[in-house]
Amino acid sequence: MTKAIELIVSLDPEVMQIAGRSLALAASSCAIATLIAIPLGSVIHFNSFRGKRLLVNIIQTLYSVPTVVVGLFVFVFISRAGPLGNLGLLFTPAAIIIGQVLLVLPIMMGLTISALRGVDVTLTDTAISLGANRFQTAALVIKEARFAMLGAVIMGFGRAISEVGLSLMVGGNIRGFTRTLTTAISLETSKGELELSIALGIILLFIALVVSIVLNRLQQR
Amino acid sequence: MSNNKPIIETTDLGQRLNGRDVLRDINLRIEQGEVFALIGPTGSGKTTLLRLLDLIDKPSQGKVYFNGTDVTESDRQRLDTRRRMAFVLQKPVVFNASVYDNIAYGLKWRGVSRENVHTRVDDILDMIGMVDFHKRNARMLSGGEMQRVAIARAIATEPEVLLLDEPTANLDPVSTAKIEELITDIIQQYRTTIVMATHDMSQGQRLADRVGMLLNGEIVQTGGWHEALNSPRNREMAKFVGIENIINGVVVSSEDNVVTIGTDDSVIEAVSDCAVGEQIHACIRSEEVILALSRLSSSARNTFTGDITRLTFTGPVARVEIDCGFRLVALVTRRSVEEMPLEKGKKVYASFKATAVHVIRRG
Repeated sequence: MTKAIELIVSLDPEVMQIAGRSLALAASSCAIATLIAIPLGSVIHFNSFRGKRLLVNIIQTLYSVPTVVVGLFVFVFISRAGPLGNLGLLFTPAAIIIGQVLLVLPIMMGLTISALRGVDVTLTDTAISLGANRFQTAALVIKEARFAMLGAVIMGFGRAISEVGLSLMVGGNIRGFTRTLTTAISLETSKGELELSIALGIILLFIALVVSIVLNRLQQR
Repeated sequence: MSNNKPIIETTDLGQRLNGRDVLRDINLRIEQGEVFALIGPTGSGKTTLLRLLDLIDKPSQGKVYFNGTDVTESDRQRLDTRRRMAFVLQKPVVFNASVYDNIAYGLKWRGVSRENVHTRVDDILDMIGMVDFHKRNARMLSGGEMQRVAIARAIATEPEVLLLDEPTANLDPVSTAKIEELITDIIQQYRTTIVMATHDMSQGQRLADRVGMLLNGEIVQTGGWHEALNSPRNREMAKFVGIENIINGVVVSSEDNVVTIGTDDSVIEAVSDCAVGEQIHACIRSEEVILALSRLSSSARNTFTGDITRLTFTGPVARVEIDCGFRLVALVTRRSVEEMPLEKGKKVYASFKATAVHVIRRG
């Protein structure tokens, strides 16, 4: 344990590099997923169409999709024999990002829809009565739901940074290239390098704690 | 009323929601510059009607005309027309933004320039007496303040028609007085046409020129307040406008429009054109009933004796219930009760004039 804390306090280059990479990958996936999930979630919320309820149910079911299933799906697509094989994405950070985007999209989209649904319907009526057109009304509702929607983004980030199966499968856990906090913990533990694993685990827990605090703060708004 | 041109007119307007007819055959004319009160019990369809007038919802049937143009269907026309009106919903909702931004929303949505928005919002803040509140988050305000912001936000756009849904529901008396004062200011300053739903009869009388009574989704009566209060068209409306004495009977004789009504064991004289044999309700406002300890020699055609069964006080007024074969309620001053004096069990003579009886046909 002392050794583990030393590794953190001394800003061990390898530990910092792994933590930095994890944060960067999760943040990138999260940013891309946000750009897709919020507009798509809004389109689903603001429009009435056949099968809307079913679609929302499917999205919600995908919240708990196992990371290895997403990993397998991405693997099949980007492996040499797959449809996107010629892009050479397998075992690259890009592959991890693609996988994480797919993993967190449902949760972000679903929570975006819930956030928008949570806005008091009288507020929409008020906007319409004040002369807002469809887009102005939608913009107002999105603005009103901003904190809940930010919560959706943070939840997505939390899921992305903590997943392990997907990064292992499509990232390959290559040292200095695709090794993340979770894959490193998994590997170092199996090698018996518990100090490094604990140090990485503490960092991961710390990130989780920060995410949780931010989320709580937002939910109180 | 400045002239007789209707700014809003509806023809055979109806709304069906969840398989139930919430509104039926609404034919309404709202004239330019008038203050029109929609009264009716909770659930009578007032809010649904206001939503149709503001073109928030589309009706299941019928048409809405604005300045003579049919604006029922086209979405473009509905938006354009809605932008000439404003609607303050019953539940005061404010946006999660500053008081200033809340008031500015409607103007921004209409593409008003930043400078004009600024001037207009400042004027409105001054009018509602909330200049010092402009930076505050509107969500942090009290119920009454929120409602003032909601009304301010509505009038900021200088609407031709202002629709108010129960503007003082759930507010304390002080806040209610402030809101009424604000509405009076709007009426005087802007000459805006106002349609307001209320179940508060006295508020309606204080603010409105004309009244429409809504009952079970139908307009049962429109007209002036005197007519509404004294000549309701049916029993439910009579009860709603506060007539406590509604006695069932049948017309037993009629001469020169003075009818004699037979009730269970007494007769009442009234002025009415009802024919002999017609089943009716005789309605007498409790303030029209005069109480005496001995038989009065007066022009009142109806006098009954009975014992006081209940005596309750509300401020300076006492409500006296008398059993004269049927239950009769009289409103007298507290002073009269003390001076006469009146008490439970005491025998009294209750009189009212034949002209004080409003007769409603039953059936």
